Amino acid sequence: MSEAKPYGGRVLTIPFIVGLLVILVMFGFLVQRFLYGLGPVSGMNDGYPWGLWIAYDVNVGTAFACGGYAMAILIFIFNKFEYSPLLKPAILTSFLGYALAGFSIFFDIGRYWNMQNIFLPWHANVHSAMFEVALCIAAYCLVLLIETAPPFLQKFKLNNIEKKLNKVLFIFVALGMLLPTMHQSSLGSLMVLSGSKMSPLYWSQALPLFFLLAALLLGYTIVVFEATLSGVAFNNPSELNILKKLSAIIPWVVGIFLIIRLQDINARGALDAIFAGDLAGNFFILESLLLIAALALLIPAKNRADSRKVFWGAFCALLGAGLYRFNAYIIGFSPGNGWHYFPTTPEILITFGIIAIEILVFVWAVKRAPLMPFPGKKSQA
Amino acid sequence: MNELNFVNQLSARGYSRRDFIKFCTVMAASMGLPLSAGEKIASAVESPTRPPVIWISGQGCTGCTESLLRTTHPTLEHLILDMISLDYNETLNAGAGHQAEKFMHDSIEKNSGKFVLVVEGSIPTKDGGIYCKVAGTPFVDIVKETAKKAAATIAIGSCASWGGIPSAEPNPTGAKGVKDVLPNATVMNIPGCPANPYNFTSAVAYFLTYNKLPELDSQARPKFAYSRLIHENCERRPHFDAGRFAEQFGDEGHRRGYCLYKLGCKGPVTYNNCSVLGFNDVGSWPVKTGHPCFGCSEEGVGFHIPQFVEANLQKESLFTPAATPANIEYQRGGNITATAAGLVGLAVGAAAGAGIVATRRLKSEEEAGNQ
Amino acid sequence: MTIKRREFLKATAAGGALMVTGTQSASASTAGEHIPPRAVGILYDSNLCIGCQACMTACKEANNMPPEHSGQRDTWDNPLDLSAKTLNVIKMYREGEDYAFIKRHCMHCLEPACVNACPVSALVKDRETGVVTYDASACIGCRYCQVACPYNVPKFEWDSPFPRIQKCQLCDHLYEEGRYSACCEVCPTGASLFGPVDKLKKEAERRLQMEPGKYYDFPVNHIEKGKTRRHEAKRYIPHIYGSEEVGGSQYMILSGTEFSKLGLPQLRDRSYVKDLEGIANTFYKYLIYPVAAFVGLAYLAKKRDHHE
Repeated sequence: MSEAKPYGGRVLTIPFIVGLLVILVMFGFLVQRFLYGLGPVSGMNDGYPWGLWIAYDVNVGTAFACGGYAMAILIFIFNKFEYSPLLKPAILTSFLGYALAGFSIFFDIGRYWNMQNIFLPWHANVHSAMFEVALCIAAYCLVLLIETAPPFLQKFKLNNIEKKLNKVLFIFVALGMLLPTMHQSSLGSLMVLSGSKMSPLYWSQALPLFFLLAALLLGYTIVVFEATLSGVAFNNPSELNILKKLSAIIPWVVGIFLIIRLQDINARGALDAIFAGDLAGNFFILESLLLIAALALLIPAKNRADSRKVFWGAFCALLGAGLYRFNAYIIGFSPGNGWHYFPTTPEILITFGIIAIEILVFVWAVKRAPLMPFPGKKSQA
Repeated sequence: MNELNFVNQLSARGYSRRDFIKFCTVMAASMGLPLSAGEKIASAVESPTRPPVIWISGQGCTGCTESLLRTTHPTLEHLILDMISLDYNETLNAGAGHQAEKFMHDSIEKNSGKFVLVVEGSIPTKDGGIYCKVAGTPFVDIVKETAKKAAATIAIGSCASWGGIPSAEPNPTGAKGVKDVLPNATVMNIPGCPANPYNFTSAVAYFLTYNKLPELDSQARPKFAYSRLIHENCERRPHFDAGRFAEQFGDEGHRRGYCLYKLGCKGPVTYNNCSVLGFNDVGSWPVKTGHPCFGCSEEGVGFHIPQFVEANLQKESLFTPAATPANIEYQRGGNITATAAGLVGLAVGAAAGAGIVATRRLKSEEEAGNQ
Repeated sequence: MTIKRREFLKATAAGGALMVTGTQSASASTAGEHIPPRAVGILYDSNLCIGCQACMTACKEANNMPPEHSGQRDTWDNPLDLSAKTLNVIKMYREGEDYAFIKRHCMHCLEPACVNACPVSALVKDRETGVVTYDASACIGCRYCQVACPYNVPKFEWDSPFPRIQKCQLCDHLYEEGRYSACCEVCPTGASLFGPVDKLKKEAERRLQMEPGKYYDFPVNHIEKGKTRRHEAKRYIPHIYGSEEVGGSQYMILSGTEFSKLGLPQLRDRSYVKDLEGIANTFYKYLIYPVAAFVGLAYLAKKRDHHE
């Protein structure tokens, strides 16, 4: 295994600057949000109190950020050490994803100045699924911060701290596998409470299980997606072979997910809702088609030798599982009484800004910190 | 026969005592008092120890006096006034000039601390109050002097209550109401242009009965008459609630008796009981005849806000629901703007585009790698 | 003899019918969770409601709420629905000649989803009266309560930079003065009736037994104050809405029109709070599973360290 090193090169490329502009626009709208409230800036309303920010930035975003979690399970539980090179960038993506989800929560909740109440014992409601999610995500952010540290400690030459950290790292690694299991499933538990307002295609008492499976799936597929893109962007085809191996796991998870979901819907007698022609039914079909496409692309061993098919297969599964999580919060949620929702332009642009931050920080880190192994390159100071 | 004997006076004019008690009971009811108070009022009015009333006029049109005279419980009103001993009233005085003035001063001295002072008309205060002088003395001084010796002061009419029409912009004479000139005195205001005479007589009867003024609001107006907005008791209110308005004088809505809010009716911002009591004993009042109320009794509204400016609806009365409640269900939210839809499309396109570009380069790199 | 037999049969049939409806309503009264000892609530009878909307005005006044103008003119307070400005709303169902009114506000459920949802205990159910109250000083504005409520009751101040959740709190701030819910204080017909939940339930059951067309005394304002008003009884749908729905609620509704036509959601008896509690208990009770999992994972991680 070759050593991780910074990629080097110019950070401020044209795409990077475009990204900075998007972030600037985001901050402009955030000023509007803090001055005038959530209503003027977003399309959320009393029927749909959760919109793009919760359903995507937090819900799907943290699932995308499960790369580190998914890889850690492979490496530590199944002893697949050959995946180790993928771990560091996955952890960074995880950290960014969770930190930005936390930031999204900060500007989404209406009374952000009371945010600390969740952590105060005399306010906290331990029966609340949201409480469990919040606490777990906060703890996991700390864990990720610590796990992300080593490459950056190396970059900033803080080697003593790095050595001490490495001695106790295993505790954080363990937490890094426990905590996401808890909160990714709890993100599903959240929606168990609003059963009367959910489509039978998306409500189930097994929601926590589905959300966990989707998180795992999203973890593997985001690793493939991001590693392929960065492998192409940074001229580093060495990781592509590892990805081909990883892609063998994906169809298993997709298959288990699909089967359990379908049987769950069948057990509740709601199969005909799939073809009802309404929004929930149609989006269910879309998400299932994406997952089935992933299966078709990744089951044949011949396909898994082809980086392109690996990429598209993973991408389809990524979209399918991501869409599932999004659907469970928005499309499958119908409060009735004439309420509708669609995000507004500022709302969407703010989300674009969040995504831009994630990409830009990652690119900067690849170029400036020893994050990924580049066999052909010499080490740079 | 004792001329001043009340019962004899009654019978001389053809009224039984029973009729009188009935009248007092109705008066009690109109003040919101229990019916039993009617007996009390009756005995108070009959009692020979009734204080005299000194009625002085300033910058006024005498409309309030005229209004009082238009009450058509005819002889009864005169009886009450007689028995109250109206010692001085410029309109009704038999005498005039120095003789009348002397009589007034004598009465004030004799009854000092016991008489009721009624002020009609506003009090000019500019330039030492020279714009209204009676017997050579500025009216403002007369009011101050006389009020000192009075048991209670009643300001009848909008002019005396807060300045009325002389106080309309630019108020060249500095016209003010009694309360502004006597900040520390006990004053009761009966605003209106003219004041409804029954508000006055009821308040006086209350005072005679209980030896105190009736409950007053923050502007010293008796609550039994001025605690509700015209709007709250208006017979055209159902039209307001249902959204039926006259838009112009003489139009279809106007002919049908619809609400006059759009013609500038100030009922929603005016406290008075015109809609309930009516005037001239026929129960008529402006809105009933088809003319919007202009808020004659309300300080800051009457003679200040133009007739055809719509009343600014205030909180207390007003925000009552419209006649028809909401439907069970409405469609709301979920507007899809073109930009928003475009941005979503852009995001999907960008992701797909990145994927396509990546796989193209993947192919070429792998082929390069294999070579 | 024949007459006697006919009368006997009639009586039996009537008694049987009574027993059937009687057992229906009896089962209604045994449903629901633990009811707080001094639980108060409101019984709303759509058959008595005349749509005067005095309850809406009284609610605005008692809670200091601003008017809501949904039309083009700002001359009325005419909300379309509950909102951050409107805690209580009368809605009208119309179909041809048929019409009925419905009063919507917080149901004060026995197993409130909003209380379970709130991570910071901003929404709590009073242990004595059962009133579900809101504390803005605790609230973080996450709006999970809005997602959770099956009746879509809690509303949010979207247009404020310092937004609160707004919902009916049964005027519990008036209890000290000896007053009660303002909407019930002003209701002229007794459609909106305040009182202890057990008494309201009995009254609701009494109404379900009434013979349509006959005149009865209906209590008005507060069931314990003794004032009544005589009305003609109309036909009722034989169900007390709120007696069973998602565990039962302290606001109960009687109606002559189907509840779903009045916009009331058709809900199952078992609350979703129970579903969530089941999941939570299975996985997190005493944190046994999480701790055990952590120990196992730590072992595996340490092993890998040595392997590396």
